[in-house]
Amino acid sequence: MTTLDASSVTTTGGAAFVRRAPAPELAPPFASTGWLGWLRANLFATPFNAVLTVLTILLLAWIVPPTIRFLLIDAVWTGGDRQACLATAARPDVGACWAFVRAHLAYFTYGSYPISGRWRVDVFFALLAFGMAWLLWIDAPRRGLGALYFFGLFPILSFFLLYGLPPLGLPVVDTSLWGGMLVTVVVASVGIVVSLPLGILLALGRRSHMPAVQGLSVIFIEFVRGVPLITVLFMASVMLPLFVPPAWAPDKLIRALVGVALFASAYMAEVVRAGLQAVPRGQWEAAAALNLGYWQTLRLVVLPQALRVTIPNIVNTYVALFKDTTLVFFVGIFDFLRTIETARANPTWATPVTSASGYAFAALVYFLCCYSMSRYATGIERRLAVGDRR
Amino acid sequence: MVSTGGNGDTAAGETGGAVAVDIKALHKWYGEFYVLRDVDLTVRRGERIVICGPSGSGKSTLLRCINGLEAYQRGEVVVDGIALGNDPKKIAMVRRDVGMVFQQFNLFPHLTVLENCTLAPIHVRKMPQAKAEEIARRYLKRVRIPEQADKYPGQLSGGQQQRVAIARALCMSPKIMMFDEPTSALDPEMVKEVLDTMVELAMDGMTMIVVSHEMGFARQVASRMVFMDAGQVVEINTPEAFFTHPQHERTKLFLSQILK
Repeated sequence: MTTLDASSVTTTGGAAFVRRAPAPELAPPFASTGWLGWLRANLFATPFNAVLTVLTILLLAWIVPPTIRFLLIDAVWTGGDRQACLATAARPDVGACWAFVRAHLAYFTYGSYPISGRWRVDVFFALLAFGMAWLLWIDAPRRGLGALYFFGLFPILSFFLLYGLPPLGLPVVDTSLWGGMLVTVVVASVGIVVSLPLGILLALGRRSHMPAVQGLSVIFIEFVRGVPLITVLFMASVMLPLFVPPAWAPDKLIRALVGVALFASAYMAEVVRAGLQAVPRGQWEAAAALNLGYWQTLRLVVLPQALRVTIPNIVNTYVALFKDTTLVFFVGIFDFLRTIETARANPTWATPVTSASGYAFAALVYFLCCYSMSRYATGIERRLAVGDRR
Repeated sequence: MVSTGGNGDTAAGETGGAVAVDIKALHKWYGEFYVLRDVDLTVRRGERIVICGPSGSGKSTLLRCINGLEAYQRGEVVVDGIALGNDPKKIAMVRRDVGMVFQQFNLFPHLTVLENCTLAPIHVRKMPQAKAEEIARRYLKRVRIPEQADKYPGQLSGGQQQRVAIARALCMSPKIMMFDEPTSALDPEMVKEVLDTMVELAMDGMTMIVVSHEMGFARQVASRMVFMDAGQVVEINTPEAFFTHPQHERTKLFLSQILK
């Protein structure tokens, strides 16, 4: 690499080699800095790379402008019925019919929840947002209290708020009237909140040395994972009433909630188990030598590390769960997607673009929810990476 | 319990003092393979025992039987008058008195150095946080790394990590300290700082059981040397006699190999 001319090298004092003068400076490499350097390094590094770059640019040019034109430029923002979104001679290209979405926004949010009681749903959303902000904001004060609120008080409050408590003047609203975002949020948050602790217990059970505990955990996990969610939901809503007297059969929404939560738990169990296996045995031994008990070791030493390495997988499961809530559609529950599905069949708004607009809106909402989960998790990961292992 | 001065010692090289660890006819096996065979060892309060021997000779296993990290099949381990057995309550009582330092440090990577040291005092001893931190800082000072208290283990060198591990064990104020090859995972230039810490601990009169091949350290602090091979105790002797006149052929062979 470096050639040394004789004048810079002297052999003295027994040392085989002692450098006397620094090597001459080399000229800076060609165009490795600035925007030209960036282009070369990132977009046109090799012929194959250059071809890929050109193809990608063509693909974007093909997809992006029509999408923007449909969603924004040609979109119809206001209007009272289908007339607003029909193509006319003056306006041959009609984009998304956002007027349709605006007209149905309340339906997408509350479903058939009685109009007089919709403030209850609003209060529920506010309480949920408050609790989530408290828990998700890592530096928030008194997060222990926040957890108590979110996992203890909030579910009870929500139940009476949404379902009703006649003595306090809140008339009962049957769950068959619940719908839209309300149902999606309820199903997803119950699934998310229940699946992690239950998944942790199942994962521990599967690693347990007690044959009964281990056996039950394995059977549960493998059985639930081996069956499609839709089957679990059908079993919960169709088969259960065959075995249980009608008076005993739990509410349809509750059956779906339990189905989704158990299903997500089985997946979560495997995710958590992977995390547990990543924690070296030495951590258990060090904790044991310090006289920490099993549950203390788990809570203070093992789970913080296990869950951290597996955050991407946990969020992956959450994102999948959030979208899987749409399957409650098939057992007659009006979740967010089902309300869009119903509204787009509304003859008042029947136009060629109504369905596309409805689905575009659904896609946007699901994407925003899932993407924010993923961004939040990335932030947490980065934060927890501070004391990375050696 | 505590008695100093001779109480009629007979065994060669054993110093006076109450019995800290008493191991009698200890056997441990996996299937048909013996890990420990008929091990007898008595450690008195204030003694420093250095155990050496070829790898796979059962040194670490013996150590781990003393604080119940490994179960054994036959024999008796009595620590500070508590017969260990396989009873979780007894094991917990013993662990209260026995601190342990591992070859791979086993610090908790998600906690700062200070939190590593205060975790057990706070959650096991139910010590108030302020007091636990005060004690932790004192021990971190003693192992000469008070300035690293708020760093994470991953940010420290191996030698510093091992000294944190020593401080972490000391924070539980153990009566006996066990070291399982504490310098084997360290880069050569870091061995000394850990050994110096251990020498200081020995000078303070701590009862120590050390599995190590650091013969310089053994010569300097050991009260007695224990040589193990194939799950058996082959020879117990004073360091002086152990290094100059090893009795057993296997000891001679081993010493000739590591003192080359």
